[in-house]
Amino acid sequence: MGILCLGVTMIKTNDYILTTQNLSKSFKGFVAVNNVNLKILRGNIHALIGPNGAGKTTCFNLLTKFLDPSEGSIYFNNTDITKQKPAEIARRGIVRSFQISAVFPHLSVLENVRIALQSKQKTNFYFWRSEKTLKELNQKALELLHLVELETYHNQLAIELPYGRKRALEIATTLALEPELMLLDEPTQGMGHEDVDHVMKLIKSVSTGRTILMVEHNMKVVSGISDCITVLSRGSVLAEGDYQSISSNPEVMSAYMGTQATESK
Amino acid sequence: MRIAIYLILLIIGAVLPHFVYPVLLMKILCFAIFACAFNLLLGFSGLLSFGHAAFFGGAAYVSGYLIKNLELPTEVAIIGGVLSAALMGWLVGILAIRRQGIYFAMVTLALAQMVYFICLEAPITGGEDGMQGIPRGSFLGLSLKDDLTLYYVIFTGFILAFLIIYRTIHSPFGQVLKAIRENESRAISLGYDVPKYKLLAFVISAAFAGFAGILKMLVFNFATLTDVHWHMSGDVVLMTIFGGIGTILGPVVGSSIIITLEDQLTDSAGDMVTVIMGVIFVVCVLIFRKGIVGESVALYQRMLGRKNLPQVK
Ligand SMILES: Nc1ncnc2c1ncn2[C@@H]1O[C@H](COP(=O)(O)OP(=O)(O)OP(=O)(O)O)[C@@H](O)[C@H]1O
Ligand SMILES: [Mg+2]
Repeated sequence: MGILCLGVTMIKTNDYILTTQNLSKSFKGFVAVNNVNLKILRGNIHALIGPNGAGKTTCFNLLTKFLDPSEGSIYFNNTDITKQKPAEIARRGIVRSFQISAVFPHLSVLENVRIALQSKQKTNFYFWRSEKTLKELNQKALELLHLVELETYHNQLAIELPYGRKRALEIATTLALEPELMLLDEPTQGMGHEDVDHVMKLIKSVSTGRTILMVEHNMKVVSGISDCITVLSRGSVLAEGDYQSISSNPEVMSAYMGTQATESK
Repeated sequence: MRIAIYLILLIIGAVLPHFVYPVLLMKILCFAIFACAFNLLLGFSGLLSFGHAAFFGGAAYVSGYLIKNLELPTEVAIIGGVLSAALMGWLVGILAIRRQGIYFAMVTLALAQMVYFICLEAPITGGEDGMQGIPRGSFLGLSLKDDLTLYYVIFTGFILAFLIIYRTIHSPFGQVLKAIRENESRAISLGYDVPKYKLLAFVISAAFAGFAGILKMLVFNFATLTDVHWHMSGDVVLMTIFGGIGTILGPVVGSSIIITLEDQLTDSAGDMVTVIMGVIFVVCVLIFRKGIVGESVALYQRMLGRKNLPQVK
């Protein structure tokens, strides 16, 4: 431990977009996240890995305040955000995706993205206004769909998309908010090889100008695009560093072995 | 197509009182408004309120009081009643919206029961007899004594309520409601203050439920405990599900059929009405999940082979 993660393109090495101090969460005595000190460098793609049940999703829930930490604090751009509500966190620029696919199933593909674009509008409580006023957002929504190659499906209901495309739609929806920090929970889970490659490239390409923290089991993705890796095991940070130091770390190996290897995913 | 349907319905609504007993039609219209208001919540925000009778009946009592005891004009009484329903909706909403699913329904039911007991015990509500003999007066210069005149006033009120609810569903606000209904956590993660949207939806729904109750009070000249009883909350759930949750016309169709049935059956079947309603409910839940309108739309789309198109425009 103690190895610094240097962003390849970074000039300053201590420009952290997100840090946590002694972040902990226990569920009725069971400690799911234990004293975690994260430091996410601005501009990095930072991977959070660990065996099943390590506390990765719980970490995400804490960072986005879907859960209240039992202890510790969270700083975003040096501001303490520990006490804020999830919607406030999102408006500040931290937008998350979910481990299980999270689209709006009975809205059209276009509407899925547009609802994200709409969240910055001031007209959201105007129940007397026609929804036709939202049409001005369609162009932008289609551009985002183009980015994830879903343009041709814009009229379909999201529920009718195959799994891989649903995940791509989620990324487009998340991107619509132009988040400074994107949290992706297993973006390639359950995808075929081609889709994985595609999403990996997509993540790489949207990472310019923003920071990405992702939970990922697929080691090909982790080694391919992440600048820095944090390994969680039983709620605590086990190791941190670049792919090489992590992959040769015997503690990490045994942690994965101990619970069963999940790399095969 | 859609416009044609609405035009035909409009014409039917305008000529029907010349063939059918207007009081029955007015009752149907009142319940149609009630069900539409309820559907805004259940069908478009995903919130199952089990206390809507409180707004329906509560507003009827308030308006009745304003007309009978304070002798205020009908217009003022209607506005006062609707505002009181909105206020009640706001209070109940604040307490209920942070609960999920069945807990939400339970909180609304509990609070509605409190309204029921207030209506039973308060000195001005007439206790078990209800508030009787509320005079019909006049509205914008039209005397409401004549059933046919009252019918057209209420028909206009129905159209107004329907249009506002329709617009609410098809507004930027309505889009957010649908997103919340579809996936609440995702809506939060996109930066929406979900409780605020739910609260506004609840208040609008309560206000129109109150409006429906007030109109019904004007038709029958009384406000009674039946209107605030939890049975009433159950009836509106049934009408909405029967017609089609989350469809635009479903609540109108559902309430029309159920009120007509009730009217026809009370004479012939007596107490069996409750059983028959129960059977309808079970059949709906088991077989026609989308309700009459929902199933018809689905059938129509299947026939056109366009089931890929979004249902809600
Ligand atoms: N709401 C909760 N109540 C109780 N226990 C919970 C809760 N959420 C998570 N846990 C427990 O906390 C531990 C960490 O769960 P978490 O979902 O964060 O793991 P994960 O690292 O995301 O695993 P996976 O790779 O399977 O997604 C698990 O043992 C889980 O059972
Ligand atoms: Mg997880």
